[in-house]
Amino acid sequence: MRDASAKDGTARLIVGPFNRVEGDLEVRLEVADGAVRAAFVSSPLFRGFERILEGRDPFDALVIAPRICGICSVSQSQAAALALAQWQGLAPTANGRIATNLLVAAENVADHLTHFHLFFMPDFARAAYADRPWFAAAEARFKAGRGTSARRLIEARATLMHVLGLLAGRWPHTLAIQPGGVTRRAEPRDQMRLLATLGAVRATLEQTLYGAPLERISALADPRELEAWRALGPDGDFRLFLEIAADLDLTHLGRAYDRFLSFGAYPGEEGPHYPAGTFADGVLGGVDEAAIAEDHTFARMEDRAAPHHPFAGSTIPDGFDETGYTWCKAPRLAGQPFETGALARQFMDGQPLARALVAAGGGNVFSRVIGRLIETARTLIAMEGWVRALEPAEPWCAHGTNPSEGRGAGLTEAARGALGHWMEVRNGRIARYQIIAPTTWNFSPRDAAGVPGPLEAALVGAPVQEGETTPLSVQHIVRSFDPCMVCTVH
Amino acid sequence: MTVQSRAHGFNVLWLQSGGCGGCTMSLLCAEAPDLLTTLDFAGIRLLWHPSLSEETGTEAVELLGAVARGDIRLDALCVEGALLRGPNGTGRFHVLAGTGRPTIEWVRDLAAVAEHVVAVGTCAAYGGVTAAGANPADACGLQYDGRREGGALGAAFRSRSGLPVINIAGCPTHPNWITETLMLLSAGLLGADDLDAYRRPRFYADHLVHHGCPRNEYYEYKASAEKLSDLGCMMEHLGCLGTQAHADCNTRPWNGEGSCTRGGYACINCTAPEFEEPGHPYLATPKIAGIPVGLPTDMPKAWFIALSSLAKAATPERLRRNAVSDHVVMPPTVRDIKRR
Repeated sequence: MRDASAKDGTARLIVGPFNRVEGDLEVRLEVADGAVRAAFVSSPLFRGFERILEGRDPFDALVIAPRICGICSVSQSQAAALALAQWQGLAPTANGRIATNLLVAAENVADHLTHFHLFFMPDFARAAYADRPWFAAAEARFKAGRGTSARRLIEARATLMHVLGLLAGRWPHTLAIQPGGVTRRAEPRDQMRLLATLGAVRATLEQTLYGAPLERISALADPRELEAWRALGPDGDFRLFLEIAADLDLTHLGRAYDRFLSFGAYPGEEGPHYPAGTFADGVLGGVDEAAIAEDHTFARMEDRAAPHHPFAGSTIPDGFDETGYTWCKAPRLAGQPFETGALARQFMDGQPLARALVAAGGGNVFSRVIGRLIETARTLIAMEGWVRALEPAEPWCAHGTNPSEGRGAGLTEAARGALGHWMEVRNGRIARYQIIAPTTWNFSPRDAAGVPGPLEAALVGAPVQEGETTPLSVQHIVRSFDPCMVCTVH
Repeated sequence: MTVQSRAHGFNVLWLQSGGCGGCTMSLLCAEAPDLLTTLDFAGIRLLWHPSLSEETGTEAVELLGAVARGDIRLDALCVEGALLRGPNGTGRFHVLAGTGRPTIEWVRDLAAVAEHVVAVGTCAAYGGVTAAGANPADACGLQYDGRREGGALGAAFRSRSGLPVINIAGCPTHPNWITETLMLLSAGLLGADDLDAYRRPRFYADHLVHHGCPRNEYYEYKASAEKLSDLGCMMEHLGCLGTQAHADCNTRPWNGEGSCTRGGYACINCTAPEFEEPGHPYLATPKIAGIPVGLPTDMPKAWFIALSSLAKAATPERLRRNAVSDHVVMPPTVRDIKRR
């Protein structure tokens, strides 16, 4: 939709429906001199899961919360289970923790594959790029619904989901993840089956996506190595992406604040496999959970007077609110917007290429996608180790008692970043349940100070070609975050 | 009836409203053959699908407009997710991005030109989890509001084929429930008699989740699990509704070889209207005088009580012990059948 130009030459574009993201998204753009001058990101779907959870038995959260999202339902399960575990004062068994990591990792790897092959890359197979030297290859591999790589990866993804079928009954919306572990043990024969499944996925990724062993991707350390890979590296989707990215200069597209947040992923005996942390103004730091607050100024929500920590937050939609332009709240950490996702996780873990790309050009379309592709390889390698670490003869699920009063927070990572559940129990029932999902951080609206959310900031300066109503640059930037809009508003 | 050939293909338009996208994500897990091969083989063409199509923004809006005007033939309108009527009946809790119009209005327009209308998932069928609790979004299904007919399109709605909305209920749906429904419609092989009382395709809804459950031996002897991760039957204490839930989950595995009960947790009857409000915690079985309130479908209560007490008295030690363990502590005795 394009509005008539305003007096100052600013044109207004409303872009939507934004597909190949999870859920519903509309972006309003103010365009002048061939570039985006301001962006307003809107989540146009409100369901109200936090309200739906109120008044229920705390364990019902394990049924309801995953159904917030069909693409990251296992992450939602894990966040709910962690919140319940804190409320119960219960620690999971070692097997339960490792099996949960396997389930979450399978979903996260599947998400990265879905994002790359089905959501992000098809944009480069559009007719608008028909004159580029790489177009024929991109069309053959990534044309929506037809590309050869896309088809192969849909099959590999279905195979990967056997990890969920075997250990958790099914995907999405399993009930297998519990505060004390998992409901189904794995036998030695299951370990063999899991290794065979992961081996099949590894083979497809090494043949189609990377053209190289996962270990080689995992060890990438230097942007110059990427340059060499682009010129001479093994053939695969990865190399094609490097070629496209260089031609379209994707490193200079979609930079936001370069402030990153990770809650830490895959708990282990000595801390998470990918650590928690923040990076802001060039400085690494820890996550001060108490400094998180949600601002409602431009969300169509009541309680606009001041930002709230989630333990004090509310979700009361205001259908008559004229100031708000989205149902998404604006989470802030110490008052600042943060970007979250695979790049943030790999950065916190000190993966050298992630560190180097951020040092060179911050978070941008290129570094976000590379962060995801590195993480896919590293996580699959970790999963193979976790399968071997399972001890079938040891216990799988611990059981606790249910205090009638109390609260718990569950902080974890979904594929697209930091996910937190905050639950308060009174009289044995859920009195308050607040969720901040990764896309809520990334796609947040402006706050009371007028500071735009990360995507809103990343879109400023995006080039808009003459006559474009749905600018391609905007699509690349939006999809580089791998948004999950249903989670955003819950 | 013979399988009709459709040289022109079978056009499907897929919209999502108040749901989680999980039925689409589940659909992508179709196997042997994979989803795209299955659709290709059956001549099923996705005019537009929010996860799989190239068209975004203006191109997508123009395409939806062309379908609504009847310029492009619509063989099946698939809707995933509940329809949202709130706030205050405006439908503005879900505006179709880029159009300024509530999705529920788009769905009504498109349903009017569709040969078939298909609700994908329990949300689209009956409201589902989106309609749980206080139902803040005023969510309903396409042609049901919980157990009551009505919903977004009204009880009297019939698509051009003369059929009511076909409810592929499930939270989520098994990928093959969707592909097989679309293939049957495309082949002209799914009629009113092929739908059950809640208009679910009978090819999967005439089964019970109990059928093929690997815990059936525990059920027979009422050897019950006491906590999650135990191997016993989950009906008596853990809220399992497999004996009442209509679906073929245990005879048609999920994601390779799974099902809810195979995964070690209770069936919560997610193919049924109002499963979102069982009236008790999901993982607890409501009982009166020690007897579960919800009895197996078609089972007379007196017989259930009589058989249960007999079965409990006859429970083999092996099942009694294994039922409350997370692994088999007592394997079946190996017997030489010929020397019995």
